[in-house]
Amino acid sequence: MIVAKKKPVEEIIEEVKNYEKILVVGCNECVTVCEAGGKKEVAVLASALRMYFMNQGKDIRLDEVTLERQCDHEYLEEIRNIIDQYDAVISLACGVGVQFMAEKYFSTPILPGVDTCFMGAAEERGVWSERCQGCGHCILARTGGICPVSRCAKRLFNGPCGGSTKGHCEIDKDLVCGWQLIIDRLKELGRLEDYEIIAPIKDWSTERAGGPRKVVREDVRQ
Amino acid sequence: MRLRYPSNIRIILLPCTGKVDVIHLLRAFEKGADGACIVGCLEGECHYNNGNIRARKRVEQVRQILDSIGIGGERVQMYNVSSSEAPRFVKIVEEMTEKIISMGPNPIKIARKRKAA
Repeated sequence: MIVAKKKPVEEIIEEVKNYEKILVVGCNECVTVCEAGGKKEVAVLASALRMYFMNQGKDIRLDEVTLERQCDHEYLEEIRNIIDQYDAVISLACGVGVQFMAEKYFSTPILPGVDTCFMGAAEERGVWSERCQGCGHCILARTGGICPVSRCAKRLFNGPCGGSTKGHCEIDKDLVCGWQLIIDRLKELGRLEDYEIIAPIKDWSTERAGGPRKVVREDVRQ
Repeated sequence: MRLRYPSNIRIILLPCTGKVDVIHLLRAFEKGADGACIVGCLEGECHYNNGNIRARKRVEQVRQILDSIGIGGERVQMYNVSSSEAPRFVKIVEEMTEKIISMGPNPIKIARKRKAA
């Protein structure tokens, strides 16, 4: 999922202080699971903002809605009939949702309510960590299901660097060395000889380095 | 024991403090509550294992939010009291009442009255 974290209330107050009719829009997908922008977080943020502005003697209207997704036209269309009633929208979706809504509702300011962090997994309740950087060409089949692009600080493709000590990375002693994980897994799978195979030079043009990307599927396109 | 405690508190019964959510506490303040004290079982003795630990974390979140919007995080406090500690419950309620009186009324209540006037 896309992992995000809540923005401090003070930062959001600063973003919206000049508006009087505000809609807080949550997203039922990734940000709900990582407890940053779901229905509950929408209610908490709206309540905090209502209290802040009331305490400031400012009369504002603050409404709440949570959409199934903010990265699909069909769900964003659900607010088409009400969006004109508001001066601004705070979107608690990831950066994708915020931008997609801003594209759709071009004349309404759409403000972010969360900081989008990475694509990751929930290791345990309250702990999320990065697993994928969307490089555009998956090599997990070769690396025992562990990604050197996202798990190695240097994105190395042919074994660990000299900074790997006792299975940990030199940038942070609590960070496990991605290549140590790969070697351990290859050993477990009985494929340690694969470690000897020199990985070809990766084509980084499919990664962000090649500019903003797009996937076009003519087989499903209408 | 029939102990006396300040009459200006309203007791809301819940099956476990783990049921208390951030939004419940914020709504109480939005509606004008001057303070809220969450009284759970002793840590390690929750009948639902960790309900009171979760409540403590949520109370901490509410305190941070109330501080950042200028209402005052100290208006919310978590306590752990065993059901057999009635005198301690009374002491906590008295302590909380005194603290809230010294802090004054919830600014939201004042703002709402000002708006209505």
